[in-house]
Amino acid sequence: MDTYQLIILLLDATLRTSTPLILAALAGMFSERSGTINLALEGMMLGGAFSAAAVAFYVGSPWVGLLAAIATTIGLSLLHGFACITHKGNQVVSGMAINILMSGLTALVGIALFAQGGKTPALDKASRFQPITFPGAEAFRDVPVLGPIYSELLSGHNILVYVAFIAVPAAWWVMYRTRFGLRLRAVGENPGAVDTAGIGVVAMRYRAVICSGVLVGMSGAYLSTAQGASFLQDMTAGKGYIALAAMVFGKWRPFPALAACLLFGFLDAAATRLQGVVLPGIGEVPVQLVQALPYVLTVILLAGFIGRAIPPKALGRAYVKER
Amino acid sequence: MSKTVELPRWIDVGVLPFLNLLLALIVSGLLVVAIGENPVEVVEILLYGAFGYEEAWGYTLYYTTNFIFTGLAFAVAFHCGLFNIGAEGQAYVGGLGVTLAALYLDFLPFPIMLVVSMLAAMIFGAAWSYIPAYLQARRGSHVVITTIMFNFIASSLMVYLLVNVLRPEGSMTPESEQIAEHLRLPFIHDIAGALGIEMASSPLNLSFVYAIVISVMVWLFIWHTRWGYAIRTVGANAVAATYAGLEPGRFIIIAMMISGALSSFMALNEVMGVQHRLLIDFTAGYGFVGIAVALMGRNHPFGIFLAALLFGMLYQGGAELSFEIPTISNDMVVVIQGLVILFTGAMEHMFRPRVTKIYTAWRLRQDAGEAA
Repeated sequence: MDTYQLIILLLDATLRTSTPLILAALAGMFSERSGTINLALEGMMLGGAFSAAAVAFYVGSPWVGLLAAIATTIGLSLLHGFACITHKGNQVVSGMAINILMSGLTALVGIALFAQGGKTPALDKASRFQPITFPGAEAFRDVPVLGPIYSELLSGHNILVYVAFIAVPAAWWVMYRTRFGLRLRAVGENPGAVDTAGIGVVAMRYRAVICSGVLVGMSGAYLSTAQGASFLQDMTAGKGYIALAAMVFGKWRPFPALAACLLFGFLDAAATRLQGVVLPGIGEVPVQLVQALPYVLTVILLAGFIGRAIPPKALGRAYVKER
Repeated sequence: MSKTVELPRWIDVGVLPFLNLLLALIVSGLLVVAIGENPVEVVEILLYGAFGYEEAWGYTLYYTTNFIFTGLAFAVAFHCGLFNIGAEGQAYVGGLGVTLAALYLDFLPFPIMLVVSMLAAMIFGAAWSYIPAYLQARRGSHVVITTIMFNFIASSLMVYLLVNVLRPEGSMTPESEQIAEHLRLPFIHDIAGALGIEMASSPLNLSFVYAIVISVMVWLFIWHTRWGYAIRTVGANAVAATYAGLEPGRFIIIAMMISGALSSFMALNEVMGVQHRLLIDFTAGYGFVGIAVALMGRNHPFGIFLAALLFGMLYQGGAELSFEIPTISNDMVVVIQGLVILFTGAMEHMFRPRVTKIYTAWRLRQDAGEAA
């Protein structure tokens, strides 16, 4: 296999590994731009992945599974909102609680329903999202240079991959070009001003966490019904936190967050392929280093060495209406 | 009349946490019913598994030891207004310090090793928490995110070290060599045996005594020393602290390093006391349980002890439970843990308005009765 082919395959894998990160990072962005810290992405993703796989198994349709995932994550988002927005509880603690709760609950319910040690039964073809082949992908395959890009890289992914990439400009448009987006960003920066303008801060923040729930639900469903074929215990394996890191790395903005997700996805894809590979002059690549790189980069960014990441001003603070 | 009376301390630190805990347990009970098991039976097995026989006590207190350390770690940082989510990583790196000391300084006699291993754990744990602390104090990066990142970095680093450096030659399992027998922390049943008291064997070891002593020291430190006062002041109001002549950044770093050192004591229990070598992921989520323990214990060492005992009971009883009722796995304990954090931590204010109302009404009626 020549180098060009290898690069195409690596980029192809990057698209697949970054999809759940993109959806979850956008989810985090909606929540955090409105002022609610969302550390619960990991747990919500896990909950979404479980619901999608379990429902898709019973119903036999990935679409119903997707809806179930989104319903689950909206429910969890509302729980998070109930604790943080209504009861002004600590947002970090609530997020950690949901992560721990879902880690246990998905396994517990999985064992109770399927008795397979926390897994869900393997899904057949009809109950998973299948790759979509673009028209003419086979015909163009042999065209030099552009052929592989079209038929390998762009074609042949499942619908959620394309949804994730369309979601980025869509999120940008909502966030920066609609009244809803303006208000959403405003409650995250200066809720007092929004309140003065006669817009309910609490209602706005709830709407924002619901948006967050819809997006993170899709990312969960992707893991268990598109990329994988069943739910596995703790299958998110820190992806929720990587998405969070990508969101911070992207400075709470859609396109930079996309870039961060692609970078982290690429590192993930590369780490899998570098396992045990001996590079000339370097020796065996320490895979763990590549795996830790997203976290290291995020810390360096947060330390202010690569530009400045400034969070929304009212992030983490519940709004107390003056009496 | 919308006058409200301030809640007395016994309601604030007693009744409210109890109500929250009760709610968490009721929801857990409903889950058990939903799975199709009998919650009363579950509670019976849980209690028997945790306290029903001598060995069970040993296991319960062994888990309690870990939770006391990680709970204290979270609490000290919390008094400074910081969320140290990184106990997991700090304890993991602390374990590296302990293991290195025990493997490479194995010529030391046992009493010196007691001190050296403790110092090694503290230095490694504190060093690992220093970086996020420094970044928070001097560069304003949020400690929650950085400590989460540092957990993952620690995990990758340790896998690398265990696979490539610490693994003995010829071994396939990624774990360090065994620690020499004479350096290990003695088990409580061995100590008791030497004193002529017969005890069932369990992993409970000397580090439980450390946990008690350190709890008292943390209490003294937080409430009866200058630094403890400064840490609480910075935590309560960093701006006021600055006006009082305290430099918040300095105490943020101090509190975080103490927090990291406290979490790393968990490694003494696990590495020196029980496993006798460094294992992959030996921290097993104990660091995260520390958050629940500290929140439930209202960040006070005595409360932390009680909460740690509760979680020790859940862990040991939960293990028994998964033997007896196969549909209920250890994950039930994780669920309860999540619910406890949710209700006693995130939703701690849920009952406050209602309780305040009831208490106010009661007080006013009493006052009126006295006046008449």
